[in-house]
Amino acid sequence: MAASERQVIALAGSPVDLPAAAEQVDLRREFNEVGIGEVLDQLDRELIGLKPVKTRIREIASLLLIERIRKRMHLSSDVPTLHMSFTGNPGTGKTTVALRIASILHRLGFVRRGQVVSVTRDELVGQYIGHTAPKTKEILKKAMGGVLFIDEAYYLHRPDNERDYGQEAIEILLQVMESQREDLVVILAGYGDRMDKFFASNPGFRSRIAHHIDFPDYSDDELLDISELMLRGMNYKFSAGARDAFIRYIGLRKSQPLFSNARSIRNALDRIRLRQANRLVDFDGVLTADDIMSLEASDVLASRVFSKGSSGS
Amino acid sequence: MNQHSMTVHGKDRYKSGVMEYKKMGYWEPDYQPKDTDIIALFRVTPQDGVDPIEASAAVAGESSTATWTVVWTDRLTAAEKYRAKCYRVDPVPNSPGQYFAYIAYDLDLFEPGSIANLSASIIGNVFGFKPLKALRLEDMRLPVAYVKTFQGPATGIVVERERMDKFGRPLLGATVKPKLGLSGRNYGRVVYEALKGGLDFTKDDENINSQPFMHWRERFLYCMEAVNKAQAASGEIKGTYLNVTAGTMEDMYERAEFARELGSVIVMIDLVIGYTAIQSMAKWARRNDMILHLHRAGHSTYTRQRNHGVSFRVIAKWMRLAGVDHIHAGTVVGKLEGDPATTRGYYDICREDYNPMRLEHGVFFDQQWASLNKLMPVASGGIHAGQMHQLLDHLGEDVILQFGGGTIGHPMGIQAGATANRVALEAMILARNEGRDYLHEGPEILAKAAQTCTPLKSALEVWKDVTFNYESTDMPDYAPTASVSM
Amino acid sequence: MRITQGCFSFLPDLTDEQIFRQVQYCLEKGWAVNIEFTDDPHPRNSFWEMWGLPMFDLRDAAGVMMELTECRKVYGDLYIRMSAFDSSHGWESQRLSFIVNRPKNEPGFRLERHEVEGRNIRYTTKSYAVDRPEGGRYGGK
Repeated sequence: MAASERQVIALAGSPVDLPAAAEQVDLRREFNEVGIGEVLDQLDRELIGLKPVKTRIREIASLLLIERIRKRMHLSSDVPTLHMSFTGNPGTGKTTVALRIASILHRLGFVRRGQVVSVTRDELVGQYIGHTAPKTKEILKKAMGGVLFIDEAYYLHRPDNERDYGQEAIEILLQVMESQREDLVVILAGYGDRMDKFFASNPGFRSRIAHHIDFPDYSDDELLDISELMLRGMNYKFSAGARDAFIRYIGLRKSQPLFSNARSIRNALDRIRLRQANRLVDFDGVLTADDIMSLEASDVLASRVFSKGSSGS
Repeated sequence: MNQHSMTVHGKDRYKSGVMEYKKMGYWEPDYQPKDTDIIALFRVTPQDGVDPIEASAAVAGESSTATWTVVWTDRLTAAEKYRAKCYRVDPVPNSPGQYFAYIAYDLDLFEPGSIANLSASIIGNVFGFKPLKALRLEDMRLPVAYVKTFQGPATGIVVERERMDKFGRPLLGATVKPKLGLSGRNYGRVVYEALKGGLDFTKDDENINSQPFMHWRERFLYCMEAVNKAQAASGEIKGTYLNVTAGTMEDMYERAEFARELGSVIVMIDLVIGYTAIQSMAKWARRNDMILHLHRAGHSTYTRQRNHGVSFRVIAKWMRLAGVDHIHAGTVVGKLEGDPATTRGYYDICREDYNPMRLEHGVFFDQQWASLNKLMPVASGGIHAGQMHQLLDHLGEDVILQFGGGTIGHPMGIQAGATANRVALEAMILARNEGRDYLHEGPEILAKAAQTCTPLKSALEVWKDVTFNYESTDMPDYAPTASVSM
Repeated sequence: MRITQGCFSFLPDLTDEQIFRQVQYCLEKGWAVNIEFTDDPHPRNSFWEMWGLPMFDLRDAAGVMMELTECRKVYGDLYIRMSAFDSSHGWESQRLSFIVNRPKNEPGFRLERHEVEGRNIRYTTKSYAVDRPEGGRYGGK
C-alpha cells in the first residue's frame, strides 16, 4: 500500500453517543509520526534477504496503522487479534523479527510497554503437580504489556508422556490469548512441519492466531552476502580464492544435516578465522594490516565439509 | 584576594606582644582540609577599614585557640594542630563588604557526640568580636568521622512510617488553637475532633507546658483519651505531640515517662530547652520507642537576618545529629519566612543521605550523612487545603503538613476542616501518581475532589484569596547558573 | 463505619482503572508490588496475609490486576490492600499502601477502657469482627 499524500474522509453517520471522532487523517504524517518507517528500515539493514517476510511485516504494519486510525474515527472498537506464528528453520531471523514486531506494535499503541519475553517450554512447564500454573503465570505477568515469544512451542505438547504437565500451560495460554488480547501478544515459533502437527493436535491455537509467517531458508547468494556482512563488521575480508572456496562451502554445507542458516555461517567464519590465525602465527616474516585482514582459500578449504564427511567444520 | 601565607614561624612567633591573626597561623591559604576536619563557612562583615583576610583569620583564631595577644603557653601544646585554619576567603556576590570565610577545625578540638561542645566551640566566643560589624555561621561540613559519634534521629522517617502504618503521602497535623487558655478537657476535645476528621497528628503549641489554666497531667490524660477514641473510630494509628518541655530535666523526664505510660506514640520538645537537653531527650526517646518532635522555638531571633546570626541550615544539621525525629523547616507558601530555594536546602539536609553542594539552595558543602536516620521536616504556619498542589510540589512527600488554623477555623467545624485537608491531599497524591501535571492542574483536581466532599468545597471557598507574599529576608546568594569549585 | 487505613481511604473507592494507574506508577519506580488480605484490620496488625509473593520485575500493571482478580474471587469479602516495596538503600521499606477491597459491612472497632491507678486509663482498640472465629467474620456466610 503506497503511503502517498491522501486525505481519508470519515464516513457520514458516526454513532451519536460517542465523543466526536477524528474526521480526517493525514496518512503519510501518521506513518512518519509513529516512526514505523525507521523500524522497517532497521529490519532491512539488519537482516539480509527474507524478502517475503519483510513484505509480510510491512503488510501487517499497514494493517495495524489503518486499524489504529479506524479506532480513532470510531469505526472500530474491537481489540484486534495480534497473536502470530513464525515457522522456519533455525537461524532464519525469527527472534530478530519478533523484536522488531514488538517495536512496531508498541509504536502503534497495540502493546503498552513493548518488552519481549522469550521462553521455551522449560520456563512454562513444571516438574510436578501444581508446579505448572504458577510458573506459567509468572512468565505471563512479566510479559504483560509486551510480547511473549515461545520458541519451539510444540514441545509444550508431549502426548506420549502421561506425567507431562504441558497441557496445563497450554490451557492457560489459550485462555489468556483469548481474554487478554489488549494486555499481551503471543508469538509461537518453530520448525514448520512440527508446528503444523502441534496446531493439528491443539486446534484452539489456530483460531487465535491472526498471522502465520513462514521464514524460508536463505539462498546461497544471500548466505554469501550474510557472510561478507559479518566479515566486514569484524574487519576481515575474503581473498578472491577464499570467496570462491566459500561459495562451494555453502553449497555443500546446506545439504548436510543440522544447517542453521545464519548461525551456521557465523560458526563457519569463526573456524575459518581460527585457521587463519594459526597460519599467520606460523608465517615467518613481517605482516601488514592487509595480511591480518585477509582470509585465504586454504583457510576455507581445510574444512571437513569438503571431505564429504559428517556435518561440521 | 587569596594571597600567600603570612604566618610567622619559629621563635618570632611567640615573642610577647600583639600580632595580627593572619600572621599567627590562622590564615593558611595553602592548607588542604582533611577528610576528618570540621569545616565552617562564615559570612564575615568586617568593620570599615578592617582587612577581610585579617577579619577571617580572627574568626578562625577566636573560635579555636587564640587570644588577643601572644601567649607563651601555646608552646606547651601541639599548637599548629589545634589552630583553626582559614584557607579561603571569597567576596559574597552582590554584597559589597561581605566575605565568605572557609575555616577548617581539627577533629580533636571537639568532644564526640556533643552539640553543646560543637556550638560552644564554633559560635561561643566570636560573634561579639569588635572588629566585625556582623557575622553569620552560614554552613558547616561535618566529616563522617564526627557524624558517626552521634545517635541521630531516634526513630527516623522510615520507621516512623512503619509505626504509623502510613506510606505514600505526607502526614497531616494541626496545632491546637487557641494557643493558650483551654482547659485540659476542652483541649482534648479539639484533639479528638481533628484526629477523627482525618488528621494523623495534633500538636501542642510551643508555649503550652504547664500553666495555671491547664496542668500538664490534665492535658496528657484528656489527649490520650482523644487519641484512642479517634483511633477506634477510624482504624488508623493516631498521635498527638505531648509537649514535655519543662524548667528542669527531671521534670521533663517525669512528663515524658507519663506520656509513655499513657501509650502515646510521640512527645514534643522546644528548641529553647537547649542542646544538651535535646540530646538527652533523644536518647530517652530511642530507649522508649517514642517519636520525638522538635519545635524550633526562638530560632528566628538568630536565623532570620542574612548578615548576622546562625543559618537555620546549620541548626537543622545539628538537630539531625542530636537526634530529633521532626523539625519545623518552613512552608514556603505560608505565613512564616522561607523562600523556595533555601527551604529546599533545609529539607534536603533533613531527608537525604547525601547532600551534594548546591549553591543555589544555599548548600555550600558536600555532606555525607553515613546512613544517619532521616529527619522528618514539618511545614507549619498559615497553609490551607487550597495550596495542596504547591505544597506537594515544593516540599515533596516525606513531610508533615500542619494546618492549625486551616483545620480549626473551618466554617463547618474541626472535623470538617480535617476531612477537607485529608481529601485534598489524597486527591492530589492520586493525581500525581497517575502522571498528571498536578502543579498546574491543582485547582481543578481540588475542585473535582470537592464535588464529593462538602467540607473541601467550603474550605476552598473560604480561603481562596489567602496568600502571604512578602519580600524574603534571607535568600540564596547564588542563582542556579553559578558554579563554584570547592 | 469505614476504616481509613491506607493512602486513599478518604476518597471514593478506587475503580480498577485507578488501581491500575497507581500500580503502574509503582512498577515504573521499580518497586515490588504485593497483595495482602485480612479479616483483622486492627491498626496495629502489621502483618496481613500475603497473596503470593511480592511481584518483582513486572513492566505492566496487567499482571498485578490478574492476581488481584484471583484474590478477590477467593477473599472478596475481606479487606485487601496493595502495597509497594522499595528496596533501595536508605529506605528498604514500603513506599505506598492502599486498600483495594472492603467487606460489604465494616463493623469497625470499639474502645475498651481499663481503669488503673489514679485517673490513668489503659486503652485497647477492639475489633468487633474478631469476636467471631476466622472464616466467619465478614459477609454472614
